[in-house]
Amino acid sequence: MPTTVPDLPALRKLAVELRQTILKMIAKAGSGHPGGSLSMVELLVGLYWHTLRHDPKRPDWPDRDLFLLSKGHGCPALYTVLAYQGYFPKDELMTLRRFPTRLQGHPERGSVPGVEIAAGSLGQGLSMANGIALADRLDHRARRIFCLMGDGEIQEGQVWEAAMTAHHHHLDAVCAIIDANQLQQNGPVKQIQDIEPLADKWRAFGWWVTEIDGHDLAQVLRAYGEAGKVKGQPQAIVARTVKGKGVSFMELNPAWHGVAPKPDELERALKELQAAPI
Amino acid sequence: MADKPTRDGFGEGLLALGKTHPQVVALSGDLEDSARAIWFKNEYPDRFFSVGIAEQDMIGTAAGLALAGKIPFACSFSQFVTGKTLEQLRMAVCYQRLNVKIAGSHGGLSVGADGATAEALEELPHMRSLPFMTVIVPCDALEAKKATIACADYPGPVFLRLGRAPVPTITKESDPYTIGEAVIMRRGDDATIVACGVMVSHALQAAEVLAKEDIQVRVINLHTIKPVDAATLIAAAKETGAVVTAEEHTVVGGLGSTVAEVLVQHHPVPMRFVGIQDRFGTSGDPAELMKHFHLMPEDIAKAVREVLRLKQNAL
Repeated sequence: MPTTVPDLPALRKLAVELRQTILKMIAKAGSGHPGGSLSMVELLVGLYWHTLRHDPKRPDWPDRDLFLLSKGHGCPALYTVLAYQGYFPKDELMTLRRFPTRLQGHPERGSVPGVEIAAGSLGQGLSMANGIALADRLDHRARRIFCLMGDGEIQEGQVWEAAMTAHHHHLDAVCAIIDANQLQQNGPVKQIQDIEPLADKWRAFGWWVTEIDGHDLAQVLRAYGEAGKVKGQPQAIVARTVKGKGVSFMELNPAWHGVAPKPDELERALKELQAAPI
Repeated sequence: MADKPTRDGFGEGLLALGKTHPQVVALSGDLEDSARAIWFKNEYPDRFFSVGIAEQDMIGTAAGLALAGKIPFACSFSQFVTGKTLEQLRMAVCYQRLNVKIAGSHGGLSVGADGATAEALEELPHMRSLPFMTVIVPCDALEAKKATIACADYPGPVFLRLGRAPVPTITKESDPYTIGEAVIMRRGDDATIVACGVMVSHALQAAEVLAKEDIQVRVINLHTIKPVDAATLIAAAKETGAVVTAEEHTVVGGLGSTVAEVLVQHHPVPMRFVGIQDRFGTSGDPAELMKHFHLMPEDIAKAVREVLRLKQNAL
C-alpha cells in the first residue's frame, strides 16, 4: 500500500485534463466511446496515482498489482492514464483507432506497455482476474488484481460464473470495480435489462461490497483501501457514476455511448470541462 | 495390445506432467472423472481447480492462470469445452496467444448412449479457424499420452480431441511423436487414406481388405490437423493420385476439408470424404453408431475404390 497522502485537489485537476485528452483523441479518431470513458476517470486516477503498486519503467515487474480493463470500450481512458503515467509517449494517444496504431478501438494485450489483457468481448475480465489470483496463491505472490466492468457488461452470464468462482476459492486478491454509469448502448440499463439491486447481488454471491460515488476521489481511495484489508473474500466496489461525466450534453445521454464529438462539440466540451469548479 | 480410450492416455500424460512440469495445473467443470483429469487431481489437489459447471469461466480462468505463468489444462466434454466457449477461446486464449491447453474428452460418437447433445461432431472447424490454435486428434491412448506430454512444451494454445470409447492401440511406445508431423502408418502407391483418431485404425483395416484386391494403399495418420503437415499430404497426392479422408466428425470443415484445402492448391487429385454427412448423432452403442454413420473400414474401402475409378478415368 502506498504511504503518501494523496493531493486530492491536484488529482481532481488531473482528472479534468485526462477527460479533455480522452475527448480529443476520440474526436481525432472520428469514432469511439466517450460516455463510458468519461465515467471511469476517477476510478482510474485513484488506482494509478495512489493505490496500485506499479512502475511504468518496469511494466513486466512480476510483483506489480494488476489492473484488468474488462469493459474494453473504455480504453481511451486507460490509454490516456497509461500515457500520463509514462508507460508510452503521450503523442501516440492521437493515433487511436487509426491504422497502423498500437491503440486499437478495443485493447490488445501488450500492444502498449501497461495493457494487461485484451478486451472488447464483454464479461471476460473477471475470470482472468480469478485465474491470476489462483496462480499467485500457488506461487505465494501477494498482489492485488483489480477488474473494472461496466454495469451493462455484468448482464453477461460469465461474470456471475466468475463471481461464484472467486467466492468459492476465497480469492481475496480480486477486487471488482463496477462502473455503474446507468446507461448502455441502447438506453438506460434499467430499461434494457435491470441489474439492480447491484450491491445485494454481489453480497448474495459471497462478496464483500461497498457502494460509493465513483466521481468522489476521497470515496474512491477509501474504498480501495478498505477493500485491501478484506481477508478471505473477493471485494466488489459498486461505483455509482454518470456516463459522459463532465460534459453537460453527454451526461446520461445514451446517444453518446459510441459517437465521436464533432469539432464544435469538442470545443464546447473542452471549455465546459475547463470552466467547471474543481 | 488391449483396447483403451484416448482419454485414458490423456489422463496418464497429465499425471506424468504433474511430476515433470511444476507449472502444469488443471481445471474442470465437474467432468474431471470423465476427462480423466481426476488422476492428476488426486495426486496434485493444490494444482487442480474446480470451477463448477461453467465452461466459459473455466476458459477465462485458464487464461488468467496462463497470464501468471502456469500451463493450464482445461478439461471437459469436447462439445462443451469447444462449443460453449468459442468466444472465450477466441479472445482470452488465442488472441492473447496464451499457453492454455484444451482437452475435450468424449469427442465424436464415443459418448454413445448419451445421444446427440453430448456427441461432439463439429469441433474441428471451430478450433482450427482460430488463429494460433493447434489442433490434435490422437489415434490411440499411447499417442494421446505422448501428445499431452508434448503439448506442455509446445508454446501457445492447443486443443486435444479425445474419445471415451476404447480404441485399438496401433502405435508403439518407441514410435517418435512430433506435433505437426504426420505419420505414414502403411506404405502404398495406389491411393492414400488420410485419417485421424480411431479412423486411423479403421483405415489400416480398410487397407488390409484392399491389399487382398491387389490395391496398395498408403495410410497417413494426420494426428495434427493444425498446423497441417502439407508436405506429407502433397507428396502422397503426387505419388498415389487419389485421396480418401476419414474422420469421426462432420465432413464440413474438419480433417477432410483441411486436406482438400492443401491439395486443391498444390496438387488436386480425386478425393472422397468419409465422415458424418452433415448430421447430428443419436443414442446407441458407439460401435453401432459407427456402422450407422458409415464410418467402418468397409466404408473407407468403398470410398478408395471410388477414387481409384476417378483416377483411372482421368488418365
